[in-house]
Amino acid sequence: MMSLDFIWLTFLRLIAALPVTIEVWFLSILFGGFVAACVTWMRVSGILPFSLFARLFIFIFRGSPLLIQLFIIYYGLPSIPFARHSFLWPFLREPFYCAVLSLALCTAGYTSEIFRGALAAVPRGQVEAARACGMSGFLLFRRIILPIAARQALPAYSTEVISMTKATALVSLITLWDVLSVALKIRNDTLITYTPLLIAGAIYYVFNYILARVFVWLEYVVSPHLRRRVY
Amino acid sequence: MLGFGDKGWGLALIAGALMTLAVSLTGLLIGSVLGSLIAWSKLSGHKVGATIGDAYASLFRGLPELLVIYFVYFGSSALLTAVGNLVGIEGFVGVPAFAAGALGVGVISGAYQAEVYRGAYLAIAPGELEAARAVGMHRLLMFRRIIVPQVLRYAIPGLGNLWQVALKDSSLISVTGLTELMRTAQVGAGSTRQPFAFYLAGLGLYLTLTFVTDRFFEAAEKRATRGLKRMHG
Amino acid sequence: MNSSAPIAITVANMHKTFGKLEVLRGISLTAHEGDVISILGSSGSGKSTFLRCINLLETPDEGVVTVAGETIEMKRRSDGHVVPVSQRQVDRIRSRLGMVFQNFNLWSHMTILENLIEAPVHVQKRPRAECIEEAKELLAKVGIADKANQYPSNLSGGQQQRAAIARALAMHPSVMLFDEPTSALDPELVGEVLRVMRSLAEEGRTMLVVTHEMGFAREVSSHVMFLHQGQVEAEGAPADLFNDGGTERFRKFISGQAQAPA
Repeated sequence: MMSLDFIWLTFLRLIAALPVTIEVWFLSILFGGFVAACVTWMRVSGILPFSLFARLFIFIFRGSPLLIQLFIIYYGLPSIPFARHSFLWPFLREPFYCAVLSLALCTAGYTSEIFRGALAAVPRGQVEAARACGMSGFLLFRRIILPIAARQALPAYSTEVISMTKATALVSLITLWDVLSVALKIRNDTLITYTPLLIAGAIYYVFNYILARVFVWLEYVVSPHLRRRVY
Repeated sequence: MLGFGDKGWGLALIAGALMTLAVSLTGLLIGSVLGSLIAWSKLSGHKVGATIGDAYASLFRGLPELLVIYFVYFGSSALLTAVGNLVGIEGFVGVPAFAAGALGVGVISGAYQAEVYRGAYLAIAPGELEAARAVGMHRLLMFRRIIVPQVLRYAIPGLGNLWQVALKDSSLISVTGLTELMRTAQVGAGSTRQPFAFYLAGLGLYLTLTFVTDRFFEAAEKRATRGLKRMHG
Repeated sequence: MNSSAPIAITVANMHKTFGKLEVLRGISLTAHEGDVISILGSSGSGKSTFLRCINLLETPDEGVVTVAGETIEMKRRSDGHVVPVSQRQVDRIRSRLGMVFQNFNLWSHMTILENLIEAPVHVQKRPRAECIEEAKELLAKVGIADKANQYPSNLSGGQQQRAAIARALAMHPSVMLFDEPTSALDPELVGEVLRVMRSLAEEGRTMLVVTHEMGFAREVSSHVMFLHQGQVEAEGAPADLFNDGGTERFRKFISGQAQAPA
């Protein structure tokens, strides 16, 4: 029968694997955000080759499963000589970097569409008002467009960040010891089906729950103008 | 190697793509049953029902899809084995990978579809429901003739998105051994030692599936929103 | 009023409260067949609520509605709320009361023709072919025969409201209820709807009309009720009421309406 001891030990082993999950999650969001910003800029640049490239990028990474993208990078690239001789090889050999690269590119596809939508939602009149005050270029972007767009993007971006936590579970399939793969190993060793997966699920769920709360708080902080006025 | 001849994997990959379509579609349908039940329980204003619906939606939105697929696959087999032993069937009873996979995808999709249906219901102009009551329609007739057609119409864009999600989630079913597109690409990659070519071919087929079905949903949306032309500019 | 004709509808002692606000404080009404009763009053006087209580879109707290001799039976639940005894009876009576809304409320997923035949086919269970035939005649009558296969969103407000009137007529109602039928329309579209209503009145239809159109109330209706704070402040034949028959408040009301831009 299931003992409390077993539950506690399983929990400890899974929690010990949480840093791997969080590292992959954090780095891929960080790099993914950077790539997304570049892709968004290319998409709206008005320069045809750039915007075509951005469209293709978005189409590929949003239109196919993350799993196959991950496998192309981890199993596929090393099989072509070109990649083996490139400067990237030391990274491509490591499952950790492959995981981060793959998740970052994938989330960049989704995130750049979020960014683009947020830019498009910046009211024209407010940009015009800023131009009328003599703002232009980077100043206009930094002081007016970016703050408005960031607020617009926040709800969709929070959904994307949370779905990235869930996506990290896929790295268990390329030999990384994240929370899910440890849970699967315990299941394999002990033949106890439910407990390890349930505890792993609880860990993911609590992590995402905290994230969601943080984003709700963040949304509150950045939108004082939408709050109900208190007299 | 990727051709259609004797030693080619072309046919196998196409068959895998069709299996992907089949399992995703089944998953979407399972999700629509679960999703509409949850949406209904939330809209009914029934406290217990709404709480259960909320808990379900929040749970399956917060768990990794891969974990859900594993859980449904291992879990349902373990459950079936236990039930089998009770009625005298000895040994392990496995749930077919197709059924477990479709159920896994459906359970996830349902959590999201609930919100699509709820939003679609709330998008119906209240006056139109009032007009239905005013001509003496009873509840079921109003549900069938006024509510369902409009909910479907408003839900199409959201369902289109969730179809794409289901299609992509279905690749995770490959871990259960179902020979859908992802699994076929894996097997091909393994036995020919040409992983790059096979995963690239798989990627191409996934992109084809999402692209073609996306056009299909666009056409459906156009057709369904005929009565809305003015409102949407 | 044509008091020799049979009674089409009576409402006795209607009361309605929203929270603490008493919206209707005992309103009664009797309409004989062929009567056109205009119900006037400033906003908040309870006139729309009164109409909506008649076909139970709002449930009155008190009051008896009788349509063509059949009384809607109500009961008081243990929690104090009044509810209809039989939803079936409510549906049946509603199908005899043709309601026309301020915002038309045409079903947006159906063409105009489909809107017209929906309730006759599915509520009254009449043969589809017959309903289509009749619907086309009704559309011709309200002047939009060419819009039969259009969706509501492709029609102007005036056309939508005429379609909504035709939809109500398709049920063969014994009484027509109009809830501010021209209030949501652009001024230039009001006339076409009023013309249709006038022709219905001339056919001898029984109509209860909540309206702000003083011209209609004065020239078309057989009886005018002026509501104030949930009670009947003044009523009578328009000829009497409009020629210094009403109360001081009524005279103020109509002079205010006259000054309002057409």
